[in-house]
Amino acid sequence: MRTLMKAALLLVALSTAACTNPNRFGGGNTVDLNANGADGAMGGVNDPTSPAYFSQTVGDRVLFAVDQSTLTPEAMVTLNGQAQWLLTNSDYLAVIEGHADEQGTREYNLALGARRANAVREYLISQGVPASRIRTVSYGKERPIAVCSDESCYTQNRRAVTVISIGSLS
Amino acid sequence: MMKRLLALFLALMLAGPLAAPVMAQNGPLRLTITDGVIEPLPFALPVFQAETAGSEQMAAQISQVVADDLVNTALFRQIPASAFISQHSSFAQSVSYADWRAINAQALITGAVSVSGNQVVVKFRLYDVFSGTEMGDGLQFVGSVDGWRRMAHKVADTVYTRVTGEGAYFDSRVVFVSESGPKGDRQKRLAIMDYDGANIQYLTDSAALVLAPRFSPTGDRVLYTSFESGFPRINVLDVANVGRQQITTAPGEMSFSPRFSRDGRQVIYSLSNGGNTDIWRTDLATGQNTRLTSAPSIETAPSFSPDGSQIVFESDRSGSPQLYIMSADGGEARRISFGDGRYGTPVWSPRGDLIAFTKQNAGRFHIGVVRTDGSEERLLTSSFLDEGPTWAPNGRVIMFFRETQGASGAPSLYSVDISGRNLRQVATPSFASDPSWGPLQR
Repeated sequence: MRTLMKAALLLVALSTAACTNPNRFGGGNTVDLNANGADGAMGGVNDPTSPAYFSQTVGDRVLFAVDQSTLTPEAMVTLNGQAQWLLTNSDYLAVIEGHADEQGTREYNLALGARRANAVREYLISQGVPASRIRTVSYGKERPIAVCSDESCYTQNRRAVTVISIGSLS
Repeated sequence: MMKRLLALFLALMLAGPLAAPVMAQNGPLRLTITDGVIEPLPFALPVFQAETAGSEQMAAQISQVVADDLVNTALFRQIPASAFISQHSSFAQSVSYADWRAINAQALITGAVSVSGNQVVVKFRLYDVFSGTEMGDGLQFVGSVDGWRRMAHKVADTVYTRVTGEGAYFDSRVVFVSESGPKGDRQKRLAIMDYDGANIQYLTDSAALVLAPRFSPTGDRVLYTSFESGFPRINVLDVANVGRQQITTAPGEMSFSPRFSRDGRQVIYSLSNGGNTDIWRTDLATGQNTRLTSAPSIETAPSFSPDGSQIVFESDRSGSPQLYIMSADGGEARRISFGDGRYGTPVWSPRGDLIAFTKQNAGRFHIGVVRTDGSEERLLTSSFLDEGPTWAPNGRVIMFFRETQGASGAPSLYSVDISGRNLRQVATPSFASDPSWGPLQR
């Protein structure tokens, strides 16, 4: 049953790619609902002003070591890109979401996620992004993106994700 | 460990008026320790007499809940009715002690139930079989039909209290987070239930993430953390009418991890600002906020002592999360956790003598207890993830949640007594976490 479902999902993905393929060679006026999959379309991953470009090409997340909120050199490279993008696309606001892996209590992980989100915020501010455009939130261990219980998943979950949107920060 | 069990055993024996005559009168001691396990006390509970026509089912249900409460403590063992010599069919009938001694029933519980309209009356008596005397006076509880379980819990609480000398706890409720959906997108809502999992009721929907509900000392309100605004904020909910409102915390990016003071007027909580988390206190009536810690480290999970004079909390100021106690007004804190590993979520026992905590060490999680001076740490449980202890109103039993490992891992509620015995799962209709045990109901 599960295999069948996977096969069905795969088929959907393939047909979507086929549909959007013509856009790659021009046009670009089509409003593409599948922004992540539509290379080159307006708002697609090759449009440098698009959220898809931000999340995939610039990179919307940085990872942390166990219990740490210190930015790695690799994280700084990603954040330099984020800062550049936010300075260029000044209509966008950012909420930095801090996350932790499941090793640790709920309360401690909320606090740890707050530290991580703030480390990213401070760095973006140091790169010139106005503080007024950035908010932080922590989800602690509540929203894992990888659900296995070993280091291969934990390493993906110890993250800070920069979520961008047009509008005002409430 | 052995010594401690022995001490508990002695305490039970001394406190239990039932046990003393048994020892004096008859040969074999009924409460004995074998390999560190206390032998449960055998009791007989003939199905309560139905005093009015049509109350047989109610009498049977109430008898069952009384027996379940006692048996689930693992301190009592029910003698099956098939072994009875005497069929105690009338509440008024005098007790033939010899018949109950013959089947080794140390305690005999008899009762009668009458139902008229929406009203239920439950009467019961407790007998010390081997001394041939009634233990305490017979009691009568009156309530509504839909409150029948509470009356059963009251009967069991009275038996438990008279035999063990400990405080009652069966007639109590637990508020917790009911969870559903996959691990990566868990839906959470607040729920409340009887301590044994019955009468579940949902207090919120799962539209917003909710965490860690905490009962007020009188059980009428619940504090919890909600992501309704997109950011964690502390809400207070009125249990009776399910009315909710945000409490006034100091300005900050996130507030979470709240608990009430003993008088229910103040709330201590964590506030995060600029990535730094400290402990604050708010007065619910005035909305005045007082900062209790100011360190660059994480300070969270505060819990008041029962007398309100001190606060135990978790801090990583030493480099890893450990437990500390400070005055209720803040200031200097002393560390009370010194073992290997990381400590969190300390909760002060309602008796004041112990602090329960979550401990993480060498890839395992434990629920443990420690004296308030940091001595005599004992781990009660061990698993992939045990977290979030909460105390029964009598300070003798702890509930917590245990989460299983892996992609399909999910949490359930468990209880364990403070000697580390009698670990058992509390039945809930779906995944469950973050229990908070309320007070004994009146």
